[in-house]
Amino acid sequence: MLEATGIRVTLGWREILRGIDLFARPGEVTAIVGPNGSGKTTLLRALTGEVDHDGQIRLNGQDVDRLRPWQLAAMRAVLPQATALAFPFTVLEVVRLGLAAGLGAARADLPGKALRRVGLPGFEGRLYQQLSGGEKQRVHLARVLVQIWEPVAHGAPRWMFLDEPVSSLDIGHQLQVMQVARDFARAGGGVIAVMHDLNLTAMFASSVALMEQGLITGFGSPDDVLTDAALSRAYDCRLRTNHAPVTGRWILPQGAEAGLS
Amino acid sequence: MSLLEQVRQPRRRGRAAVEAIAGDRTDRARLLTAALCAALVLVALASLGWGAADDTRALPALLSRFGLAEAELRDRVIVWGVRMPRMVLGVLVGAALAVTGAVMQGLFRNPLADPGLVGVSAGAGLGAVSGIVLAGALPALLTGWLGLWLVPAAAFAGGWTSTLLLYAIATRQGRTSVATMLLAGIALAALTGALTGIIVYRATDQQLRDLTFWGMGSLAGANWSRVMLAAPLILAALAAAPFLARALNALALGEAAAAHLGVPVQRMKTIAILTVAAAVGASVSVTGGIGFIGIVVPHLLRLMQGPDHRYLLPNAALLGALLLLLADGIARTVIAPAELPIGIVTATLGGPFFMWILLRNRAVMDL
Repeated sequence: MLEATGIRVTLGWREILRGIDLFARPGEVTAIVGPNGSGKTTLLRALTGEVDHDGQIRLNGQDVDRLRPWQLAAMRAVLPQATALAFPFTVLEVVRLGLAAGLGAARADLPGKALRRVGLPGFEGRLYQQLSGGEKQRVHLARVLVQIWEPVAHGAPRWMFLDEPVSSLDIGHQLQVMQVARDFARAGGGVIAVMHDLNLTAMFASSVALMEQGLITGFGSPDDVLTDAALSRAYDCRLRTNHAPVTGRWILPQGAEAGLS
Repeated sequence: MSLLEQVRQPRRRGRAAVEAIAGDRTDRARLLTAALCAALVLVALASLGWGAADDTRALPALLSRFGLAEAELRDRVIVWGVRMPRMVLGVLVGAALAVTGAVMQGLFRNPLADPGLVGVSAGAGLGAVSGIVLAGALPALLTGWLGLWLVPAAAFAGGWTSTLLLYAIATRQGRTSVATMLLAGIALAALTGALTGIIVYRATDQQLRDLTFWGMGSLAGANWSRVMLAAPLILAALAAAPFLARALNALALGEAAAAHLGVPVQRMKTIAILTVAAAVGASVSVTGGIGFIGIVVPHLLRLMQGPDHRYLLPNAALLGALLLLLADGIARTVIAPAELPIGIVTATLGGPFFMWILLRNRAVMDL
């Protein structure tokens, strides 16, 4: 269980997060959506301890501020939005960084397995700096995966925090990465993901938190939160949800003739 | 599955088995460690024969200590009293400079960070010069207590202060700006240079003679007491380095990502900065500023074995010691019987090398 209560973040004079309560269950993908500047990424960075914040965050019942870095690293992994590497590491060396952090998981076969999971088989020997943006993003997902390879460890769920995990991926890899996240959740782990793509959110998330101007204005199942009225208000344009035959909910802007306000 | 696929299947698996160890440069690094160890021992022994005196007499003089050969007193003094401490000091300082270069580059996440380039050595130099010149102005109790340690301690304080300042100026939210770091380094070097100049004006003739070798860096003043002075701080720094290796690897991803990988980032940064200050302070206080070892050695090693600090740091110590002994050999023999300051040799070789790094990385360097 992730329980965040009363989260406030102030940068300079501006209050970015104005008192947020968020609860996420293991076994689910919890998506955080909202327009640019609504505070999605700041919320994720507060949850992972990257920005100073008021309020309390408990992970599996433990106050994260009281845990040592290595204790937290054994419990959760974080996928950043973009990472520039300072030195010419190979893909294998980058993925292994996760291996060293996940306590008790010193298994040499994991990097190869993780790379296959994210669609990068045989990339071990490539230089990270020579990869494309989408490949780099998936290398880091592999690193996250090896850090918390077993979704449940010693009876407690492990957690994956993803900051726009599909932002620079093509549609095939978007689906692949979201499936990796969902599989992790279905095996008992917890996933918190900041998402831009509402359709992927509708397809893969079990719970959705809709953010507007530093507050969560809607929380619940995709069907309850991703409604025409709420989305059109939050994103300040006219959106309509349809029902696609296979994937379920499908969100589209209303046609140009209807006028995008 | 078609027959063709069935035939190809085992082969594909075979290739996968080979690829499973692709990207792993551990073996290469270990091989390099062995080669560097051997080369260092050879060069260290050979260096006992280099110099103005006849080098065929060095070996008997070396062995005479253990009763294995006969040698004249003069040769024994040259080998054991002059060249041996010089060699040991060269090994210590070379290792210290190369390892601090690698640690600083890991800390700043930038292959251009080097104590000599960004003003840390200048800060340590200011400390050392203050220690020599202003010693008389300090309370006698303090100078008496510190004794011979006054100059290394002052150099350590100077190097520490400048590293801290530099890090505070150049790093915002875990990201170090290269441009800010280099410019802050220039400003820091200019400021410490000016302060050093002011202090030098207050120096007596004897103190001026003591100060001259800071200008260019030299191993010429090596003796056993200098070795004993520098060794504790340098060895402490070298001993701390392996504990930083894994953290420095994680730090390559940025401070936040390193923390998520379980690295206690603040504590590790403190240890890294203390390590740099100790090694640079000790080196500068006994040999003056010797440039470019700290930038050339880690760079060469990254080309050969990759940037994994668990192997980069020990191999940097070995290669740094090796290169400094070779540079000292050049310094001692080019204009024999006189000798060049070693700083001139390392700058002559390291300057062009540094330009080559810049040219090579021009496209990707985020300046």
